[in-house]
Amino acid sequence: MCWSVPGKILDIKENIATVEISGLKKDVGLDIIDDPKVGEYVIVHAGYAIQKVDEESANFTIDFFKGKHNNA
Amino acid sequence: MSKITLAHGSGGTLTQELIESVFFKFLGNKFLSKNDDSAILPGEAANIAFTTDSFVIKPFFFPGGDIGKLSICGTVNDLAVNGATPKYISCGFILEEGLDIEDLRKIVESMAHCAKVAGVDIVCGDTKVVEKNGVDSIFINTSGIGVLRDGVHLSVDNISVGDKVIVTGNLGDHGIAVLSKRKGLEFESESISDCAPLNHMLKTLTDSVEGVKFMRDATRGGVATTLNEIVKHKDFGIMIEEEKVPVLDSVRSACELLGLDPLYIANEGKALIIIDKKCEAKALEILGSNEYGRNAASIGEITQDNQDMVCLRTPLGATRVLGLLSADPIPRIC
Amino acid sequence: MLKFIDEYRDKGLCADIAEKIKAISKKRLKIMEVCGGHTMAIRKNGIHKLIGDNIKLISGPGCPVCVTSIEDIDLVLALSRIESVVICTFGDLFNVPGTGSVTLDKQRAEGADIRIVYSVKDVIEFAKAERKKKFVFISIGFETTAPTVAAAIVQADRDGLDNFYILPLNKTMPRALKAILEDSRTDIDGLICPGHVSTIAGTDMYNFIVDKLRIPCCVTGFEPSDILTSIYILTELAETSQAKLVNAYKRAVRAQGNEKALRIMEKVFKPSDAKWRGLGNIPESGLMLKDEYSRFDALNTFNIEKVVSMSEKECICGDILRGAKVPSDCKLFKDICTPSDPRGACMVSSEGSCAAAHRYGD
Repeated sequence: MCWSVPGKILDIKENIATVEISGLKKDVGLDIIDDPKVGEYVIVHAGYAIQKVDEESANFTIDFFKGKHNNA
Repeated sequence: MSKITLAHGSGGTLTQELIESVFFKFLGNKFLSKNDDSAILPGEAANIAFTTDSFVIKPFFFPGGDIGKLSICGTVNDLAVNGATPKYISCGFILEEGLDIEDLRKIVESMAHCAKVAGVDIVCGDTKVVEKNGVDSIFINTSGIGVLRDGVHLSVDNISVGDKVIVTGNLGDHGIAVLSKRKGLEFESESISDCAPLNHMLKTLTDSVEGVKFMRDATRGGVATTLNEIVKHKDFGIMIEEEKVPVLDSVRSACELLGLDPLYIANEGKALIIIDKKCEAKALEILGSNEYGRNAASIGEITQDNQDMVCLRTPLGATRVLGLLSADPIPRIC
Repeated sequence: MLKFIDEYRDKGLCADIAEKIKAISKKRLKIMEVCGGHTMAIRKNGIHKLIGDNIKLISGPGCPVCVTSIEDIDLVLALSRIESVVICTFGDLFNVPGTGSVTLDKQRAEGADIRIVYSVKDVIEFAKAERKKKFVFISIGFETTAPTVAAAIVQADRDGLDNFYILPLNKTMPRALKAILEDSRTDIDGLICPGHVSTIAGTDMYNFIVDKLRIPCCVTGFEPSDILTSIYILTELAETSQAKLVNAYKRAVRAQGNEKALRIMEKVFKPSDAKWRGLGNIPESGLMLKDEYSRFDALNTFNIEKVVSMSEKECICGDILRGAKVPSDCKLFKDICTPSDPRGACMVSSEGSCAAAHRYGD
């Protein structure tokens, strides 16, 4: 039960964020994540943000195989 | 009086007032103004195409269109994809007691505008009013008559291995535009319904290119469903290249949010065209130069292999079956 | 361009990883995934066809719709027949058949008020707007979804809503994973661990698989390059007989999970036994409402008729969910068990193994 999509927080009003996914805007609940900020990306599942996207880890795959290549 | 009441359906003075102030005001033409029980239409020296469709969409105003525009485009397109020039439309309305007359006015005006763009006359109609909850606001039925053009013989029997599959533009716009307004799902989307009359564009195509084998409008169930209808019990298969299927980011993002596949989402202004591969390039040029054919794309071909099946080649090169869904695609979270 | 999605669908990147997998793949290996989202992504992208002949991908019981017992489905259907009750459900459950092939779709045709929702939040909105009706949210899903329901219960409690209820059918992975993987009939060389379940619950639950069962584990995202990378990692570990836990979905998963979500879950829910379709009763694998929130439990509120539940005799979903058999091994597959007339767990949900095999073909 995992279907989720990453989106960018455009606006926060109390406990609701307006999240944008490439032009689409949806209001999502912020009840279950800590300290969300405008401009951050979050994972959206069933109407709630369930985690922030760790942008520093976004290139795991590329870094993983680059690391292999360098270590070879 | 701002709301439809049962009296509007009684046939008496209120009915007459409604007909004059709404239907005739926007739809009036030489046929309707005779106010006869049937429209008498001039004879044609060609085969007649005849079709009917009913429209129950909710919400009945949506980004890019409304139930009225849909009711004209849907019937016009059903005629156009068979190689007929649409000429005459009938419309039957079933109205729920309590419907805002202003909403009805907007819908009928929209129908009139669309009929004008398509170049068809609405020649007869009917209105019934039912008690509250008898129907959901407004249902419309339109039937259409068209004249088959000389030399145009479109049929699934014409299709042969090697033919190309063309779609006339981006897929899924209508379905997502409507979904974005549905209660319980509301989201702000850039998607606008593609609802449009395709008859002029398709006439230009068949006038200019001989190799058009078959056409169908890809409405409910999307392109995937239409392709499955074409291939059923046939001795050929269809292979679609997923990378070539044109889908706007606004549709993709909605599909990502809701767990839907753009290939199964409804369109209301897109035709699927099966064409001889020699004519593919010219067809794309003709379609691309029309306002309703921008982003037309060749997305696949008819194959010897995988008879009776529609297959999809993914961007990664693997192939899978693109089957029929057993029900309407429902947003999922699983 | 869809950010944090399209980058991971890059054709060239995926082709490259697939080649790397084939280059290191020497042993015959079985790799299992336990998330319906992974089942779908693998089938949809044809990943199982890109990794050579030595690696077999197996679907375990990761689809919460598939593993909802027929007794629970019958309970949902019985609830829907109560006047003044409005059933609100995710779309996934709408066509799932209970005993006698009854579905929510069919109940709606009989006059039941059944609404498909995208979020439990929508149910709260309905309840606030239509005070005379009683809204019951059918709460299915794993750890990914449970905190959202917990948050909704906290909100309903705060707002004093008296016409909002849930039917608590959520399940949790750890005990189920134990039951499946410690079963002697299960024989796998690597585990693709759920992505978003891990986002919430963290990665500690997989330690016993690595430490005790000596099976390598890789926490995995849902895009094709995520899954291919995990398959590479697991293949490399299995080929060199190493049992390690790797988090390959760092952009969405922290080792400690989402602590706020876990706190809210713990505030509202407590563990309970749960019956899994195909696997039977697994202790402490379900969630029920704590006493202070029990007034939101539909089971405590409504007088629900008892139904004698009966499932299909020749169904081998249990074996399929354990990874011991595949859909084509089942006599009923495609013959009388199809997506439009599903007879067992694996066909009911669009992402069950049999449904995926039927839809995407082979």
